[in-house]
Amino acid sequence: MTLRTAAAVAAGKLARAGLQTLGRGATALPGLVTLALDPGAIGAMTASLEHGAVIVSGTNGKTTTSRMLADVVRAAGWAPIHNRSGSNLDRGIAAALLAGSDWAGRPEGNVAIFEVDEASIPRVLARIEPRVVLVTNLFRDQLDRYFEVDQLARRIAASFAGLPEATTLVLNADDPIVARLAEGHRGRTLFFGVDDPTVGGLVPQSISDATHCPRCDTRLRYARVILAHVGEWSCPGCGLARPARDVSAAAVELLRDRSRVRLAGAVDPVEVPVAGLYNAYNALAAVAVAEALGIGAATAARAIASFRPAFGRLEVVEAEGRRLRIVLVKNPAGFNAAIGALLEQGGPHRLLAALNDRDADGRDVSWIWDADFEALAPAVEHAVATGLRARDLALRFKYAGLPRERTEVVDGWAAAIRRAIGLAPQGGEVVVVTTYTAMLALRDTLARLGHVRQFWED
Amino acid sequence: MDLRICHLYPDLMCIYGDRGNVITLARRARWRGIEVEERALNAGDALDPAWADLYFFGGGQDQGQDVVSRDLDGPNGDALRRAFASGASALAVCGGYQLLGHEYLPAGGPPIPGLGAIDVTTRAGKVRFVGNLLAQAAQGTLIGFENHSGHTYLGPKAKPLATVLVGRGNNGEDETEGAVQGRIVGTYCHGSVLPKNPWLADMLLAWALERRHGPVTLAPLDDGEELAAQQAAAEVARTRP
Repeated sequence: MTLRTAAAVAAGKLARAGLQTLGRGATALPGLVTLALDPGAIGAMTASLEHGAVIVSGTNGKTTTSRMLADVVRAAGWAPIHNRSGSNLDRGIAAALLAGSDWAGRPEGNVAIFEVDEASIPRVLARIEPRVVLVTNLFRDQLDRYFEVDQLARRIAASFAGLPEATTLVLNADDPIVARLAEGHRGRTLFFGVDDPTVGGLVPQSISDATHCPRCDTRLRYARVILAHVGEWSCPGCGLARPARDVSAAAVELLRDRSRVRLAGAVDPVEVPVAGLYNAYNALAAVAVAEALGIGAATAARAIASFRPAFGRLEVVEAEGRRLRIVLVKNPAGFNAAIGALLEQGGPHRLLAALNDRDADGRDVSWIWDADFEALAPAVEHAVATGLRARDLALRFKYAGLPRERTEVVDGWAAAIRRAIGLAPQGGEVVVVTTYTAMLALRDTLARLGHVRQFWED
Repeated sequence: MDLRICHLYPDLMCIYGDRGNVITLARRARWRGIEVEERALNAGDALDPAWADLYFFGGGQDQGQDVVSRDLDGPNGDALRRAFASGASALAVCGGYQLLGHEYLPAGGPPIPGLGAIDVTTRAGKVRFVGNLLAQAAQGTLIGFENHSGHTYLGPKAKPLATVLVGRGNNGEDETEGAVQGRIVGTYCHGSVLPKNPWLADMLLAWALERRHGPVTLAPLDDGEELAAQQAAAEVARTRP
């Protein structure tokens, strides 16, 4: 390690210690300090890891999947360093490395699992050589920041072409944009996908990031649409089709609060203790990465079976005798997946919906018009709208057909929480659908009211 | 009374929530007891110029705009020109707005021809205009979110839809936003634009209904939620552009 890296690490550690003394979460700032002093620090610190580094990226599912993976490698007896807080830009990675290293910058773990924002992939890959890179899916997300999906995919593919042969790509075969990212890669690629013919979307699929072939522009043909452009696709024009799946879900059984995934060629199913098809996908991705790391599917399945959901991903909080189920939504595909899971469970639902338009939420709130509120509205008993753009949300509910007397705008986080709780009976449930910074604010408020722990403690 | 809406290339040209415009047109018509039929035109389908009263044309990704531009270069382009000549109305947003103009001049490569239905020309700019867009039209406030690198310039036949108060609008130079020519409206406002600008939705509905039903007076609606959202978004544009 160079003197420069050592100094950068020490400065970052100092920043971290300072923030912790102040009782603040240290999920990004210390990393920023270290990277400012030595942009090469994350490369130097990961190079010495015995089992290498895993990059987990994609529009939806990266936090849940990387948390599952941390459990999987632990079950294999490894010690992961993991940016658990969901702070997933390169400063978050640097901060995680600082937290998992001693003052000399020596990692205290032997494998790294880095959740990386999809727009940051090229920047992160310029700094570290990972052993495995996973891409779960690519949907439109916060387009004011990422611009267009096909442009983003081109940038990611270009960065993959520069990866060493030793790196294994793990890609979703069912997503035509993702499946094509491997074309310039010199090393091995492992594909995963859902082959259960009964799995299709419950919600009308109206989002169109990739209805045309990424190679020849012909309209893609779908034997099954699973979610948005994800499914069993092929191109009648040039013959491009879903690549063969190395890890395949032959059967997926969706239950009320969990799912069961039967892998092709395996005897025991993978029990996924979180609801929704998208979490079954996350588990499948985690199994595929385990395979790429040489960890057996049985070990992976054991770890996944005892998985605890991450902060804000279908997490349940008890408040005054009501259950608050917190669902993080960031984009139309994520929203449709989340409400698909809600609709599978029947209704009616009482909602607390929170929409913010800060940078981390996406400043453009247009996406709510792509999300399928029309499918949700008939299953809603009452919706409290809050957040910086609460009125946009109330308007969306109005046009989705939710009667006026069942929607209201409540400004202020505490007031909105109190109102939503007040509308639910004792023992009842409130579904909290929220964007990222609104979730942080709701979390903070719930904590002040004594209902939940601060997230960086977990 | 009935209304026919044709959504042009919804699978390719429907980004940034533009679908909300069709939802809004249909809802506001149905709330007034007007029957609505919606159809989609996809690349390769044949456009019937006699059918629709109102066309919606949204924004797209680069790949999508290429496919659409090629489709409009054929018989569908002629059919759409005939539809406009015989009184059909249109709302075009962002990429759709550019494609209804004369042409789009990319940074490199040959010009991409447009339909020439509105007297505007667009050239690629170096900076992308991204942010809240607040403008004043004669009929009311116009609020939206812009996200484009094309700079659009109006010719004499097109009139600006609104004057920019916050944001960049057509080109970031002449303070104009959008264009109106006959019964065609082009704008850079995503948002979606129509839900929070109900005057624009109703202006288009009245134009569209006139094509087959003669002049109509639309029954007023309670726009409390629409105007509350409009005012809140305008405040966001002023304080956090």
